[in-house]
Amino acid sequence: MAEVLLSVDRLTMRFGGLLAVNAVSFEVRAGDITALIGPNGAGKTTVFNCITGFYKPTGGRIIMHRPNGGDLELAGMPGFLINQRAKVARTFQNIRLFAGMTVLENLMVAQHNTVMPNVARGLLAVFGLGNFRHLEAAAIEKARHWLDRVGLIERADEPAGSLPYGAQRRLEIARAMCTDPRILCLDEPAAGLNPRESDELSALLMSIRDDGCAVLLIEHDMGVVMRISDHVIVLDHGVGLADGTPTEIKANKHVIAAYLGEEDPEDIAEIVA
Amino acid sequence: MAYALQQLINGITLGMIYGLIAVGYTMVYGIIGMINFAHGDVFMIGAFLSLIALTGLGMLGITYVPLALFLTLIFAAGIAALYGWTIERVAYRPLRGSFRLAPLISAIGMSIALQNFAQVAQGARDKNLPELIPGGFKIFEENGFVVQLSWMQIVITVVTVALLGLFTWLVTKTSLGRAMRACEQDMKMTSLLGIDVNRTIGLTFVIGAALAAVAGLLFLLYYGSINFYIGFNAGVKAFTAAVLGGVGSLPGAVIGGLAIGLIEAFWSGYASVEYKDVAAFSVLIVVLIFMPTGLLGRADVEKV
Amino acid sequence: MIKALKDAGISALIALGIFGAMVGLPSVVGEGGKLSLDPQPWTVAIIVAVVFIGRLGMVLWQANRKPRVKAKSAAHSKYTISNVAGPLLLIVAVVLPMAGDRYLIDVGVLVMTYVMLGWGLNIVVGLAGLLDLGYVAFYAVGAYSYALLAQTFGLGFWTCLPLAGLLAAFWGMLLGFPVLRLRGDYLAIVTLAFGEIIRVVLLNWTQLTGGPNGISGIPRPTLFGLKFTLGDGPDTFAGFFHLTPSVTYRVAFLYYVIFGLALLTNWVSSRLRRLPLGRAWEALREDEIACRALGINVTTTKLTAFAIGACFGGFAGAFFATRQAFISPESFTFIESAIVLAVVVLGGLGSQIGVALAAIVMIGGGEVFRDFNEYRMLIFGLALVVVMVVRPRGLVSGRTPSVSLGKGVHIAADMMSQGHG
Repeated sequence: MAEVLLSVDRLTMRFGGLLAVNAVSFEVRAGDITALIGPNGAGKTTVFNCITGFYKPTGGRIIMHRPNGGDLELAGMPGFLINQRAKVARTFQNIRLFAGMTVLENLMVAQHNTVMPNVARGLLAVFGLGNFRHLEAAAIEKARHWLDRVGLIERADEPAGSLPYGAQRRLEIARAMCTDPRILCLDEPAAGLNPRESDELSALLMSIRDDGCAVLLIEHDMGVVMRISDHVIVLDHGVGLADGTPTEIKANKHVIAAYLGEEDPEDIAEIVA
Repeated sequence: MAYALQQLINGITLGMIYGLIAVGYTMVYGIIGMINFAHGDVFMIGAFLSLIALTGLGMLGITYVPLALFLTLIFAAGIAALYGWTIERVAYRPLRGSFRLAPLISAIGMSIALQNFAQVAQGARDKNLPELIPGGFKIFEENGFVVQLSWMQIVITVVTVALLGLFTWLVTKTSLGRAMRACEQDMKMTSLLGIDVNRTIGLTFVIGAALAAVAGLLFLLYYGSINFYIGFNAGVKAFTAAVLGGVGSLPGAVIGGLAIGLIEAFWSGYASVEYKDVAAFSVLIVVLIFMPTGLLGRADVEKV
Repeated sequence: MIKALKDAGISALIALGIFGAMVGLPSVVGEGGKLSLDPQPWTVAIIVAVVFIGRLGMVLWQANRKPRVKAKSAAHSKYTISNVAGPLLLIVAVVLPMAGDRYLIDVGVLVMTYVMLGWGLNIVVGLAGLLDLGYVAFYAVGAYSYALLAQTFGLGFWTCLPLAGLLAAFWGMLLGFPVLRLRGDYLAIVTLAFGEIIRVVLLNWTQLTGGPNGISGIPRPTLFGLKFTLGDGPDTFAGFFHLTPSVTYRVAFLYYVIFGLALLTNWVSSRLRRLPLGRAWEALREDEIACRALGINVTTTKLTAFAIGACFGGFAGAFFATRQAFISPESFTFIESAIVLAVVVLGGLGSQIGVALAAIVMIGGGEVFRDFNEYRMLIFGLALVVVMVVRPRGLVSGRTPSVSLGKGVHIAADMMSQGHG
């Protein structure tokens, strides 16, 4: 079994009186596509927001195991540092591109920290000092590479906001990949895609995994989930319900109950049978 | 002790006036999300209208103070409401749904225009009004220092509380109030439900302007002197009050107004009059650093 | 027609309500300070008539106007216009002092100051999308820094200029650090409050700043040690080049100083826009949350925008002090911040050439109305409203991509966000 990249341990998130996530634990392994599924309001996006630093969890731990041995506690770390140090990248449920900037610029912004390691270097670049030119050229090359992979090279100079919906989804993934992540977190990447686009997306995600980047995705499209996932985690009402391979999950009575809204697992067993 | 009590009374009176203006800011901000920079100048216009009405009534021989004040209140609030409506119609409505900064610049232009309009029409000199509601009563005396509560301060407090009560009822209990709150949440959806959004927004401006005019009248009576420039300072203070209380929140506007009034009164009383504005603004900055959405503002959880 | 008449009638009634008391009944202070009213029925009648006819004309014109089809290529053609306008303006700016008209050069200096301030503020508002209503504070810090350094330590303009910029940037960071996490209009009111605090302190800290009397006798700049006084000694400009001493030399020199500073501002900000830092600013304006997810330190990025913008404000302030030779808190009121912000928004957020055009139109236009005295600011305010209603996106809108694989395409303004901070 592959090494564990990220372990989420009894993660809890409370908003006022609402317990959105209650002691959820799971692991993300290197080289896996891990899917996080569950009905609406199960707390999936909240888990994402905790992992990527947008929320500070009320309790629990999120540990990133880095290849050089050092473990990193992500809970409570500011979002930008999680991307910089822990190499976690994400996309958003309602796409968040820089709509007024071109496709290429979107990918260049993603490489900000590579091209401009610190403010002083950034300011020196005004006078043409430092190796800025070299870094910028390398960044453009990487952007080109990802534009090729998501099939947007032809539209590199168009404003991101003018792209059709499916292309915007792919661009957001390419942009996240430009930060060289170890884990790519995708929040409903297949939402609103037509079947052909869904297939392309599946292929893209599998190729990203095969390149060595773990993928953690929230998805409602069970076709996509079951086809590409190596590992599935089910949440319901903020609690972990099941954890296993797609085949195991498909057969899990609790999961079926949660999805069909039945109270008694025994009844479900009858229905399924 | 006596001195502190006197500053408390003075601070509350001033805070009431700020609160009345702040309600207009907070309502407009809540409903269309813009800083109505011209609001302070509507307050100034209201003060001038009150001055004109009181002088005119005096010339007509109506000298029974309660009647004169009542007529002035109706006149100033009515005409100022017309100003509020017209400003919205001319300077803001065409920019509805436009880019965020366009209405702001338009409002700043309107503010400059109103200020200079008042200067051109009514002159640049300070206008003084003799005290209409003189006297008051001594609360107590301590070491020769007399704590005074003037009738004027009582009038200001009573009028403000009554108006705010009326206004709160309007916003929480009537269909107009419901329409306003709906517009605040989602303007497009509200219009789809058959509510005239333009009319609702127009009425918000009308109410805000009328309250500002009342504040103008009270200011004129309390300080006895006005000029075309009072709108800027009062406007900035009232907006500060609205932000301090949490923009969009009605009780917040009043609490913010009282807070600013008290800070100014106590700082003037105990430290220095010159730096009272610095004190008020510094408190604003400090409060916002620790409570980024003001005292009563909803702490918005970022939607990601 | 009847509908139009009715519409115009209602407008006239509203005008009567609005102007009836304010214009028709001016309060006059009589003997012994007694107030009385001096009715002006004819003025009101004229205003109401003008509103009636104006509204009638407008309604009829709108009814008979053929619906225009919006030109699709509008954005693109504007782009080329700004390409032509840039070099043209530059040439005019270079040769302007050659005309030798002192008044013209003075106006040029004034316009150029606002161009520079506009470009400085454009970094904060136009690129980073942070609404700053207290920009004048940094202008004041620059001006007083130079005035005080010159008076206390006898330092010259060219030594103080960088110091004034640095001090302004320092104050920008000092303010920015705690407040930059505020969003939207909360940030706006805090910057406004900061501007007012600086002004009130300058007004009341009499020992240091001279209070309302300000600081006078601020030294003029020299050209490599050559003074621009009216003498003809060897250390003066006129004496060194064997010219007849004239005030025009000094004014022209000041003009070129501010011209150079403005060009520097333009060069630095245009260049930054094409560098990672500037790109991060624009990304921040578009979507702050996405920036955080991409590992961009939002606070640092905002702070750099704030500090660099403030720095240019400080330069402009130092220039203002040396040009006027006298400064007082009166020159640093909120209205200055408002005018600079209006220049930026009217020019089109983020557009360098637009800001220059807007400064020329607004400040130069204001000069045309100088003879109208008290009506000048009234017209100015109304003009702001009209221009915003007609062109809410400013004169030159949209942006050019900072990097491209092929030919960069101009991006129309409606794609862009104006920021939320």
